[in-house]
Amino acid sequence: MTTVILLTVTGLVSGLAIGIVVKFFGTTPNPLEEKLLELVPGANCGGCGFAGCEGYAKAMADGSAKPGACPLMNDAVVQEICALLGVESEPRKPMVAVVCCSGDDDHAQRMAFYNGVNDCQNAMLVAGGGKGCVYGCLGLGSCARACPYGAIEIRPNHIAVVHPELCVGCGKCVLACPRRLIKLTPKSAPVHVFCSSPERGALKRKFCSAACIGCRKCVKEAGENQVSMNGSLAVINYDNPPDAAVAAACPTGALRTTAIMESTKG
Amino acid sequence: MIKQLHFYGGIHPAEDKVAQSVPIVEPPILETYIVPLQQHIGAPAKAVVAKGDQVKRGQLLGEAQGFVSAPVHAPTSGVIREVTTCLGPSGAQVPALLLASDGEDTPAEPMPAIDWRQAPPGDLRQRIAAAGIVGKGGAAFPTVVKLSPPPNKKIDTLILNGVECEPCLTADHRLMLERAEDIVTGAQITAHILGAKTILLGIENNKPDAIEVMRQAVGDSGIKVCSLKVRYPQGAEKQLIYAVTGRKVPSGGLPADIGCLVQNVGTAAAIADAVCRGKPLYERVTTVTGTPLVSPGNWRFRVGTTYADAIKLAGGVKEDPIKIISGGPMMGMAVYSLDIPVIKSTSGILLLSQDELTQFDVRPCIRCGRCNDSCPTGMMPGILSVQIENQRYELAEKWHVMDCIECGCCAYTCPASRPLVQHMRRAKAEVQAARRAAKAKAEK
Ligand code: SF4
Ligand code: SF4
Ligand code: SF4
Ligand code: SF4
Repeated sequence: MTTVILLTVTGLVSGLAIGIVVKFFGTTPNPLEEKLLELVPGANCGGCGFAGCEGYAKAMADGSAKPGACPLMNDAVVQEICALLGVESEPRKPMVAVVCCSGDDDHAQRMAFYNGVNDCQNAMLVAGGGKGCVYGCLGLGSCARACPYGAIEIRPNHIAVVHPELCVGCGKCVLACPRRLIKLTPKSAPVHVFCSSPERGALKRKFCSAACIGCRKCVKEAGENQVSMNGSLAVINYDNPPDAAVAAACPTGALRTTAIMESTKG
Repeated sequence: MIKQLHFYGGIHPAEDKVAQSVPIVEPPILETYIVPLQQHIGAPAKAVVAKGDQVKRGQLLGEAQGFVSAPVHAPTSGVIREVTTCLGPSGAQVPALLLASDGEDTPAEPMPAIDWRQAPPGDLRQRIAAAGIVGKGGAAFPTVVKLSPPPNKKIDTLILNGVECEPCLTADHRLMLERAEDIVTGAQITAHILGAKTILLGIENNKPDAIEVMRQAVGDSGIKVCSLKVRYPQGAEKQLIYAVTGRKVPSGGLPADIGCLVQNVGTAAAIADAVCRGKPLYERVTTVTGTPLVSPGNWRFRVGTTYADAIKLAGGVKEDPIKIISGGPMMGMAVYSLDIPVIKSTSGILLLSQDELTQFDVRPCIRCGRCNDSCPTGMMPGILSVQIENQRYELAEKWHVMDCIECGCCAYTCPASRPLVQHMRRAKAEVQAARRAAKAKAEK
């Protein structure tokens, strides 16, 4: 019985103390900030460049960040925030991540058996993980673990694939990949070059049957201002992307519309 | 009984030095050499020859770019067939020159010999830089940088490293037996440059013949030959300093902080070549060994000899090797291509057969503490690795992960087969990246 009374009294006293502290010493909540906090998605992915959604809401409230930096927010919410802040909304370009490599186990050669720590960045520290192509995807999933939205799948044949319907374009994976294979591209662009090796075509061919060999067929098909060549690697001009039909010109399949390739092995 | 010199921690793996009684062999001139322009730590050299150029042995092929860099010289005479890239032992593509030899091996005009006793240290440093000399122990750090300590750090002790604690390797051992005089001269030149009073030569007592030969070669030059108890990694800089002088390099510090400098015996011999004979560094002694080989031994390879050629010269293989390591079994790196060339720091090529290779299943740390006892730097690799797995790199930095010398003692003793060294490397890379980022931010 005494215990119950004691605890009740302690509870009441502490509650009162907290109440007093908040009343007299607490910060007055900023109504604008509160409102913004309700509108941000609360995923805390960091895609806006701030430490979590709260940081971004605060930055918007004091005018140091613009609405629209959050890749997850839809246009309606951005409009609402713009109205709250009294600023013009700027046009947004939804982005999506693409792993620019076709070197899965069916197409690219594996030169060594790697049995170290299951992480791409660790593999890079020991002779580059043993893939023939020193630019290719290691398939150990550093990017997949970094993605807050579970949008990256490591396929059974050891390649990372972004599922565009899940990806919000936050860019976390771009930084996680030690091979620098992941690019943020406009969602509207229909075709991508799934190869990142700047090597000579012959050397690439030696290690990977799906590499971009620099044959320029896509450039001829689409024109210089849509696809250009950087050494032996075709580069899409994402400000003026070619349409999906150009993929048919590519003899190796490096230029294509979907990330997942047909398996060539039974 | 005399107290045996050694350091804290360490292990004693099987030595397997089967090639130690095989004298160094001079291989015949090969048809082609692929000479990387980066055979050292620092900026790659810049090619000064072009495709189709005729070159002579010892001619400059690439000049150093900046202070921490080293020039590269032609291993033989012939024609530059291509300016290209090749796979380096680290697994990255590096710029390289493909040299087709003409079989004549015509030497270029050597640099004039220097009488080092009269020469000012500056001239000698310049010669060492021009000859492209780098540390031959493994790290391939440009020697001239090491020999130019900041003026406030006085080096009083030069320590020659003839330990060769790495199992299987015997190149330094053979070098001490066959080129003792040059090693002594190289050491004296180095001490002259640094103004060091004491010269110590550390050799493990599993090489009694080398200790004997070196004791005779040093004569009354004042060099002291120290016999050390066999313990891996005695050949690591800080461990060797402690074993022979009792001085400890502070955490995060350099040997120069306590007035020491460590140099490999091979580097000393190369310095003697460069100064007394004007010969640049374009060849080195490499041990090619392992059970799959027909005749393991020690070869004086020209740089640019591919591993495939090296193995062929060693009589080829009698069974298929399952793993090929550049360097020794403890610190070496597994390679997956035989097109990799021998470079200035290739101390060994080791082939393992199927039954010598164990594939480990990694299990959780059982907190047995064996790794703590074996770590020569006094760290706690097991607990550290758990933190590193959870990406707590800042904590790892606080726990001195940067002191790790990647000797592999911890992983060798771990009953749970944890890949401890790889974890350490990851943490070191992350800490370095964080430091670089902090520095860039501070500069901005
Ligand atoms: S795939 Fe990359 S860009 Fe897309 S949501 Fe995941 S981490 Fe962000
Ligand atoms: S895309 Fe990069 S991070 Fe992802 S699995 Fe491939 S190599 Fe690893
Ligand atoms: S933690 Fe580093 S220095 Fe210590 S035993 Fe392991 S590899 Fe060697
Ligand atoms: S030796 Fe292995 S199991 Fe034992 S404490 Fe160290 S890491 Fe853990």
